[in-house]
Amino acid sequence: MRLGRVSLTAFTWLVAILFVFPLVWMVLTAFKQEADAYTDPPKLFFSPTLEQFAGVFERGFLPYLANSGFVTVLSTLAVLVLGIPAAYALSIAPVKGTGNALGFFLSTKMLPIVAAIIPLYVISQNVQLLDNVWALVILYTAMNLPLAVWMMRSFFLEVPREMIEAGRVDGATLPTLLSRIILPVVAPGIAATALICVIFSWTEFFYAINLTAARAGTVPVFLSGFITSEGLYWAQLSAAALLASLPVMIVGWIAQNHLVRGLSMGAVK
Amino acid sequence: MTTTTAAPTPPPVSEAAPVSAPRRRANPWKRRAPLLPALLFTIAVTQVPFLVTVFYSFQSWNLVRPGSQHFVGVQNYVDVFADSQFRGAMLNTVLLTVVCVFVSMLLGLGLALLLDRKFVGRSVVRTLIITPFLILPAAGALLWKTTMFDPTYGLLNVGFGGNTDWLSEFPLASVMTQVVWQWTPFMTLLILAGLQGQSKEVLEAAQVDGAGRWRTFASITLPQLSRYLQLAALLGAIYIVNSFDAIYLMTQGGPGTASTNLPFYIYQRAFEGFDVGQSSAMGVIVVVLTLVVATFALRLMFRTFEVSGGVK
Repeated sequence: MRLGRVSLTAFTWLVAILFVFPLVWMVLTAFKQEADAYTDPPKLFFSPTLEQFAGVFERGFLPYLANSGFVTVLSTLAVLVLGIPAAYALSIAPVKGTGNALGFFLSTKMLPIVAAIIPLYVISQNVQLLDNVWALVILYTAMNLPLAVWMMRSFFLEVPREMIEAGRVDGATLPTLLSRIILPVVAPGIAATALICVIFSWTEFFYAINLTAARAGTVPVFLSGFITSEGLYWAQLSAAALLASLPVMIVGWIAQNHLVRGLSMGAVK
Repeated sequence: MTTTTAAPTPPPVSEAAPVSAPRRRANPWKRRAPLLPALLFTIAVTQVPFLVTVFYSFQSWNLVRPGSQHFVGVQNYVDVFADSQFRGAMLNTVLLTVVCVFVSMLLGLGLALLLDRKFVGRSVVRTLIITPFLILPAAGALLWKTTMFDPTYGLLNVGFGGNTDWLSEFPLASVMTQVVWQWTPFMTLLILAGLQGQSKEVLEAAQVDGAGRWRTFASITLPQLSRYLQLAALLGAIYIVNSFDAIYLMTQGGPGTASTNLPFYIYQRAFEGFDVGQSSAMGVIVVVLTLVVATFALRLMFRTFEVSGGVK
């Protein structure tokens, strides 16, 4: 029995390590010279260098990073500003047709984004939003809003009704009710929702590659630049991939538990 | 697109027990006010472009020939249905979605079961396993294309011997591998959440009653997991059906059209062929098909949630 437990644990570790091995390899490759990146057999031991990271910044990584940060932060804030009142209206003070509204929000997620890209391109062109970060802010807000409303609604449903009633009796207006009574209770849920919006905005590729270029390009657009250039520089590509993913990776690691709650739409306490 | 008709069975919303005092009912618009900005914004940004797509789909319009735009009726649709590449892309989309959702859920279930016990370094292992979900899909795709699948220096060939050119010989399977790798952590997390939400008493009672491990899993754990599994499948399918990053960065839909899915094909026709009319028609067809599947999925999902008391 004990031996079984130990070997199951060892097996779990082995599976986990195999599973993340491509990423481990990416981190190793990022610290290699280009010449060490392509060898047969692959090199496990080499003299590490930061050259590739410097190279990534020389290729002009910073503006892309800034664009990603701008778009992610603003679209997530916009989702919260629009989504919190909506979640309130669909949970605590449910309006008529709540079910239809929820169904509508979810159904927009099923609209393949590719079906709208052509008009979005033409419209962006006409209103001077092509290769402009604001186009992405608007689109990412719309992309994340439906899921956010669903998630936040399920968190709002957990607010004890007595608390809200008590507030109402005391004559609290909606803003007071939201900020004093409801938000403190649902704050972790809102954090989980915001985190998921951040991840999806940071990693979005399709809108970014089609609607932006050198000026408003985000981090994924920068990465895609590696396939069009002369050959692939594996070591530098690995360094860029690591730098590009690091912000979301760190946030995600720290907030793992929130992530689980958010993904299960609040179903797990 | 999709209007509210896509939500056939309203979910078990607590409309029956509104908190509000009756006086509030006097002014429905005041109650609706908090919902309206989000609703109007979503309609404007997601539905209006789709309506424009429908309009474009009845036009012949090539972006490289300014002034070529004119009404052609359903000609674009006729052309699209006669296009064997479109049908191939449709088949690839279905294959990619079904296989990836199924395999990543199976792996996710396995990993979640491994993680649902106490052992040394459990939180580290969980952190390792969720990491592929946190990496940029674009980064993941390029990483697999180079360090894993490369015929000469890729780790797959180094590890297993041989010099298979994975991306040319098995393009769709290679893309699927990357997508499954990316989505397995998501499935694991959701299923693990479900496993940990089970009541310990019921599990212990089953053990006391002498139910074996497999029996307990099949008749207690799995039924309790079902709504998590469905949520995982639905969310996974929504994202995987739109897969674009992996195909664009790893194979460019090739060789030939072997790994072209619908999003990539429409992208090619619109942004490389500049054929607005036909690519719009394809977009409309994709939406109609998605709508059919989605209505079915939503119905299923709402029914499950109703049975299980709604997602709280």
